[in-house]
Amino acid sequence: MQKNLLLKTGIIVAILLIFVYGMLGPKLFSGGGFQAALLDRIHLGLDLKGGSHLILQVMVNDAVGAQSDHAAEILKDELQKAKVNYADIAKVDSQPEKVVVKGVPLDASSTIRGIVNDRLPEYDVAAGADNSWVLTMKPQQLSDLKDRTLEQSIEAIRTRVDSLGVSEPLIQKNGLGDNQILVQLPGVDDPGRVKEIIQSTARLELREALDHGQSYPTEQAALQAHNGILPANSVVLPAKPRRGEQEGGFIIVSRVPVVGGTDIRSADPGNKSDTNEPIVNFYLTAAAGKKFGTFTAAHSKDSADPSNLAIVLDNKVITAPSINSQINDSGIIEGGFTEESAKDLAMLLRSGALPASLHYLTERTVGPSLGADSIRAGVKAAIAGMAAVLIFMLVYYRGAGVNADLALILNLVILLGFMGFFGAVLTLPGIAGVILTVGMGVDSNVLIFERIREELRSGKAAAAAVDQGFDRAWTTILDTHVTTIVSALILFFVGTGPVSGFGLTLIFGLLANLFTAVFVSRVIFDAVLSRKGRGEALSI
Amino acid sequence: MEFFRNTNIDFLGKKWYFLSFSLIFSVAGVLSMLFWHGIPLGVDFRGGTLVYVKFVDAPNVQSIRGDLDKAGLHNATIQSYGNAADNEVVIRLDLKETSEADLSKGKNQIINALETNPVAGKQDINNSDRIGFTAVRDALLAADPLHAEPAEYDRQARKVLDFRDKDHGGVIKSLDDLKGVVPDSVLNALKQAFYTSNFGVRSADIVGPQVGGQLKKQATLAVGFSLVAMLVYLWFRFEMIYGVAAVVAVFHDTLITVGAFSLTNQEITLTVIAAILTLVGYSMNDTIVVFDRIRENVKMMRRESLAEIVNKSINQTLSRTILTSGLTFLTVLSLYLFGGEVLHGFSFALVVGILIGTYSSIAVAAPMLVAYTEWRSKSSGRGAIPLPAPGAKGKVRVKV
Repeated sequence: MQKNLLLKTGIIVAILLIFVYGMLGPKLFSGGGFQAALLDRIHLGLDLKGGSHLILQVMVNDAVGAQSDHAAEILKDELQKAKVNYADIAKVDSQPEKVVVKGVPLDASSTIRGIVNDRLPEYDVAAGADNSWVLTMKPQQLSDLKDRTLEQSIEAIRTRVDSLGVSEPLIQKNGLGDNQILVQLPGVDDPGRVKEIIQSTARLELREALDHGQSYPTEQAALQAHNGILPANSVVLPAKPRRGEQEGGFIIVSRVPVVGGTDIRSADPGNKSDTNEPIVNFYLTAAAGKKFGTFTAAHSKDSADPSNLAIVLDNKVITAPSINSQINDSGIIEGGFTEESAKDLAMLLRSGALPASLHYLTERTVGPSLGADSIRAGVKAAIAGMAAVLIFMLVYYRGAGVNADLALILNLVILLGFMGFFGAVLTLPGIAGVILTVGMGVDSNVLIFERIREELRSGKAAAAAVDQGFDRAWTTILDTHVTTIVSALILFFVGTGPVSGFGLTLIFGLLANLFTAVFVSRVIFDAVLSRKGRGEALSI
Repeated sequence: MEFFRNTNIDFLGKKWYFLSFSLIFSVAGVLSMLFWHGIPLGVDFRGGTLVYVKFVDAPNVQSIRGDLDKAGLHNATIQSYGNAADNEVVIRLDLKETSEADLSKGKNQIINALETNPVAGKQDINNSDRIGFTAVRDALLAADPLHAEPAEYDRQARKVLDFRDKDHGGVIKSLDDLKGVVPDSVLNALKQAFYTSNFGVRSADIVGPQVGGQLKKQATLAVGFSLVAMLVYLWFRFEMIYGVAAVVAVFHDTLITVGAFSLTNQEITLTVIAAILTLVGYSMNDTIVVFDRIRENVKMMRRESLAEIVNKSINQTLSRTILTSGLTFLTVLSLYLFGGEVLHGFSFALVVGILIGTYSSIAVAAPMLVAYTEWRSKSSGRGAIPLPAPGAKGKVRVKV
């Protein structure tokens, strides 16, 4: 009996030490104070630390549309090579996975099938009405493309966020909806800027600016300058407002870029040599450099056909300068940058364009001051609640109350230790979970103590009453814990963010409670009983 | 000390009082949900824009409304928030003004509208969306007022931000308040780069329609799942009717709690759902404790009717029930009182739910069990009390 008790006490002390280590971690020994050690182990959620919780929708159809545009271009080339006439080839705007070919002669059907099979194996082809053909992306290819787009977007966001030096960001697929990304940025310094950087598609294109880069006040005005009909293969794009201006105007540019987003090899921020104005240098791949050289030579100031160059970022014209001389594989962008925005743009160009545009679906920002207030309030509530329970148990159960209080404190240490080991994040509802654990944890003790009192009242000796009390209360304790753990598990799996954290805290707390209220309390009772003589009353 | 000893209250005899009490509250809640306040969903589920703003002085709702009107935000609602001394308001825009194409537009409009006297070339140090540690440090580094190492400016910037965020709730009234916190030369450098507006954004929630719908579905599923999971567990551990009675009691608690939110027109947010799910677990606890006793007593008291057994079981566990509920209630009450405005809805749900959950295990679950058994014995002529065969299943013995 005595030896057994010693062994059990040993187990409890060992577990206590393990979880104290889990709670406070290695910093406990390096001496940085209790609070510093605790905060090093228990990570605060963004509702306590301040930060942003964002859900983004990846417009995967952008990537599908780009693929179909590309397919349409290939088809045009091939049909021209095969000398087959066609009226029009275009992607269907409402169904970007489809390309429709119109006005093809009847006898060209085998040619079209051949081209699609050879050059566009990711599409199925079928005959449509009025001599048309419909190319549809194969379902497998379509879903692969969408998945890839989502993965690439997540990677691009991660690169960007990492390069901004945000600590402990969470970037993952959002389980709730299709093609959504969840981004959590705890403790981020300037959420506004980070949000813009994440969303920026960063697709840089170099196009020809028509009318020598003339900026029109409205889209209408641009059309009127050409008597209502735009020149062939051109579009009107909005221009980015210069610093200090509200509206940027509109510029007519070529429909097809000379150099596209994937042709950028690298970029870095710099300063213009004469005015020291912040600029961004960019460098093109070899192939794109050759193409760009040919274009700039043909349209430079002294050439036969001088024209301007439009630098287009995310479908907005940043500048439209004239071309001084031939440029090959590098260039500069100037357009009213600040040091910071030049640095950001260079980083974005380096990290690569997003394969599809992003929309924010949810944005929750907790300012740093609110987080600080919430911790204060949460800790105050936790201490008040805990103190009330501890004092009550002492008054109501006297000797056994000490037992319950010890179990309760150990319960708390194990809970925090668990969280330290698992790197769980403590959120505000999580603190509430801790407080609730205290309230519910004491339930097991009350159940057992009330049972022991009943047994004592029926005339049993102290040792037998304790034995019976624990034995009978155990079934009930097991049932109550299982049901609560079930609902906590559902919270953990079905919930997101803080709710999920709350569920996890509750589960850890309940598991710890099974150990402390049943095992630890029992050992303490046994220890007390072993010192008492027979017939001595139990303080309960 | 002991509060209850050998109580012998005839709980089942009061079942009609219980029934009418439950009916009054359930029906009042349901009526409010249907015809009065509806189910007041929070921004999580309904979608929309919420911006929590703290002002340096007591906010003047009239002038805030004027500023927002000027910016074209005619449908914004403005409410004061928390303690009056905190000078906080919450400004909300409904879903119609929250578009997924440009989600933060409404929030930016609100901030711009409130920024009534910007200073050209300087930044608002109270704009925590933009100005954090890096911005302050960089400004100090650029000015280099102390001719010191960069690490010194890290320290100074940290002091400025702690002053703003930890001591003054996110808004500095005037940069001169920093006198004594940082050296005068640093203060002058700050004044060159920053100015103070009279407000700061404490937090913002913007939820587009799509996510709102998803969360609504998720919350309903979570509550539904946990009810079903418990029904199955109790069915396995006891008998079907025990599970049904417990789930009915828990459903009753959920209904009345949601009803209380509707009656008081408080918003149900995601954390409130977490609280409700906790209640489901908690109320189930209470019910199981009583049921366990009933199961135990049925085996020992072969002569008595089920009604007597149930009454006795409730009385035997009454002390525990009141104690535990009282203690849990104490902790929850401390949350409600000290936990701050953010946890208000959460702790309100728990305060209401724990009272109702305790009541329902005595007044709903147990009488239902008896009523069902009596009805069954009348209709089939068999008086069998449904309980698991002793030792067959459910009996777990662990020696500790």
